[in-house]
Amino acid sequence: MTKVPVQFTLNGREQNEFVDSGSTLLAALRDKLGLYGTKAGCHQGTCGACTVIIDGSPQLSCLTLAERCAGKSVTTLEGLTGNGALHPLQQAFMEGFAAQCGFCTPGMILAAKSLLDRNPSPSRDDVIDAISGNICRCTGYDPIINAILTAAEQLRGARKSA
Amino acid sequence: MTKKRGRGMASVNYPTGMNLGGDPSQALIHATTTGSFIVTLSSVDLGQGLKTVMAQICAETLGVSTENVIIDTADTDTGPHCMGTFASRGTHRIGNAIIMAAKEAKSVLLEVAAEELEVDAGDLETDGAGNIRVKGSPQKSIAILNVALAAHFKHGRTISGRGIFLQPRSYPEPETGKMTPATCYAHACTVAEVEVDTETGEVQVLSLKSAYEVGRALNPRMVEQQIIGGAWMGLSHALYETTEPYYPNRAHGPTDFNQYLMPGPGDLPEFSNVIIERPAGDGPFGAKGVGEMTANSPIPAIANAIFDAVGVRVDSLPITPEKVLRGIQALAHDPEKWTPVFRKDHAQTEDAARH
Repeated sequence: MTKVPVQFTLNGREQNEFVDSGSTLLAALRDKLGLYGTKAGCHQGTCGACTVIIDGSPQLSCLTLAERCAGKSVTTLEGLTGNGALHPLQQAFMEGFAAQCGFCTPGMILAAKSLLDRNPSPSRDDVIDAISGNICRCTGYDPIINAILTAAEQLRGARKSA
Repeated sequence: MTKKRGRGMASVNYPTGMNLGGDPSQALIHATTTGSFIVTLSSVDLGQGLKTVMAQICAETLGVSTENVIIDTADTDTGPHCMGTFASRGTHRIGNAIIMAAKEAKSVLLEVAAEELEVDAGDLETDGAGNIRVKGSPQKSIAILNVALAAHFKHGRTISGRGIFLQPRSYPEPETGKMTPATCYAHACTVAEVEVDTETGEVQVLSLKSAYEVGRALNPRMVEQQIIGGAWMGLSHALYETTEPYYPNRAHGPTDFNQYLMPGPGDLPEFSNVIIERPAGDGPFGAKGVGEMTANSPIPAIANAIFDAVGVRVDSLPITPEKVLRGIQALAHDPEKWTPVFRKDHAQTEDAARH
């Protein structure tokens, strides 16, 4: 298989990789880079478990070709924890019992982060809209929505005091 | 077009565990050299929170902090036997096994501490903060870490315990059919409020309000989350999920997550839950199983609410807009004679598939 060089920013650091031409970003993240925070669910863009943030917008890494990420900035779940501390979204998910089996959690958190980066004061409907491409089969969504609203509030508070 | 509202209720009595060829689970506990307690199980945490609740039960029985308990759900090939985490049996069966194992481990722990403190083991108690002390004389105490070290390197003792809970197999009495297939029963009641669109047949669930009698809620937040997740699954069974096509051609059946519909985050009702505690005599700290039952009562409650709203009794799941509309039309055609709406489309499909 033809190898293609790809240069992109991954979780804030420059990354240079040779990837198989036509392979997905999901495969590059998991199989090549060992970043298992990005979950492989349906492989066809319907479950949202593989959501990552590319140049600020939530994208499905199972439908994104790795070579198309050249020059772009990719954020995975691993990019959220600075200095070992949990991101407010992760903290809110944990405290709000928003993770059960945990398989949808990374995609949910990144879809939510992308929303909060664009809109720090989302309404409940904004949150529902932002996670409507992510399937959860355990929680009934309610605690996830509540956790995202809680994290939004905390992030706003942190911004004010900063 | 009118939207009609209705309210329905349903109750459930739910058994903890089931009648297998005997229903056992085992737990083994041992202390490490540093005084942590490892609980070895073959039971699995698949998101229901088993590890958290088992750590609570072990810590409470030993009298230590949950941070000093490690739940190892290792491997069903090498671990102590467990029938499995199903039939709402985990908290009850495995919890009871852990209590038994932890009591045995604690008696060794206190015996070693008694040797070290030169007192009688019967006079000792744990303080919940990592120490063992003499009852009524708390200044005379020893850290569990030091007890564990002494057990390992001085006394040659294993601070360990074995536990099993067995619900024996129950055979029905031939005369009466009476049997004891399960242990304690949990109870719940759900009230559903729905809005039915009489033009499209679409049903929106506005609220699911439930009361659960769970014996004792060992972790109330997790019980509540179990109830919300289960209510969502009940809603999904009631109105959405089917592998059968909605229309009489199997080719129209769902093939992926886009088509096998379940409620999304925008389809949620208002959830409201009350937890009632009446401890069960045979439960670990009085707990009953609150697992599968959470998906049960929402389903008939929603069906009853639809009947209340538009007078249509649908007796097959899921209650699709098509079935509701057929019912509304049948009622309009002959309002005097109420007829249940069967899945005629479904029967025809199966017939076609056979030929």
